[in-house]
Amino acid sequence: MSTTAVTSPIDEVKTTPWSGGRSPFSVEYGKMMMWFFLLSDAFTFSSLLIAYGALRFSSSSWPAADLVFQSVPGMIEHGAPLVFVGIMTFILIMSSVTMVLGVEAGHRGARKEVSMWLILTIIGGFMFLGCQALEWTHLHEEGFWWSRIPDAHALREVFREGEPVSTTYAHQFANLFFTITGFHGFHVFSGVIINIIILVNVLAGTYDRRGSYLMVEKVGLYWHFVDLVWVFVFTFFYLV
Amino acid sequence: MSSETQHTDHHDHAEHETMTRKKIWQVFFILLGITVVEFIVALVLVPKGILPLSFANPIYIGLTIWKAFWIVAYFMHLKFEKPGLMYSLGIPVIFIVGLILVLTNESHHWVDLRL
Repeated sequence: MSTTAVTSPIDEVKTTPWSGGRSPFSVEYGKMMMWFFLLSDAFTFSSLLIAYGALRFSSSSWPAADLVFQSVPGMIEHGAPLVFVGIMTFILIMSSVTMVLGVEAGHRGARKEVSMWLILTIIGGFMFLGCQALEWTHLHEEGFWWSRIPDAHALREVFREGEPVSTTYAHQFANLFFTITGFHGFHVFSGVIINIIILVNVLAGTYDRRGSYLMVEKVGLYWHFVDLVWVFVFTFFYLV
Repeated sequence: MSSETQHTDHHDHAEHETMTRKKIWQVFFILLGITVVEFIVALVLVPKGILPLSFANPIYIGLTIWKAFWIVAYFMHLKFEKPGLMYSLGIPVIFIVGLILVLTNESHHWVDLRL
């Protein structure tokens, strides 16, 4: 309450961000709600990942990532640990970049550029989903599925030398892997669908008429969040 | 009160600086670089025995959080938002840290139960 010409302090109009009359965060309502939705989604994903961590931490043996994931489906059958997931990670980071370039073009109101970047983002999303489908198919052929594991001989192959082979922990691994990557993949799928809807609107000129490409920014937030979750899924399933 | 106003004014200034195409590619190469380091650790340093697994895991987690920071701060633009929004989104992450602590502690007891 610094300088004012008003005699009584009660009559004084406060102009601080929290004095009302305007958004203290200077963020449009929908964008703020997207942020808080993503926070709640972060809680869901962390619950899944932390449960996975706790189960794995308390087990005496666990299928080793570089033994389970050592094929590039359709190309290399064995001996290429983490290569395929590396490609998937690259695709997703790349599609995050095209999305943020689309948002940047939206700030300039460049409709053609926005639609081009959105198309590339959608292609990236489909490529990631395709890779995940291949990965799932491969694991399914190996014998892994929800509450299903390979036979004893094949199971020996996914445990590290010297570690006891455990059907219980192999079951836990299979269930957690398909549940968590499935939940993430479902997010990618929804993201692709939402991106397509936004692309249709961009092409129809909806945001030019509205005078703002803020919707592209909002779906961009969702898309980056999907990338963010993958960074964690990648670390905890494939590296640790 | 006046300090808050100053703070906001300062931030209004910062709001104008936003993501340029140069910055976007810069962040991309940082993310790519961190991922490459993770792969070097996983495919070269650990199998050759240069780095024991007990060291590698904290490195992975540290690098992952570092990547998460770059994505949230720059791609999701949070660095350029008002401090109020940053705190309202950042502080609830304490709940996640809490769950990690609780379940890590809990899983110690599961080890005994599983014997």
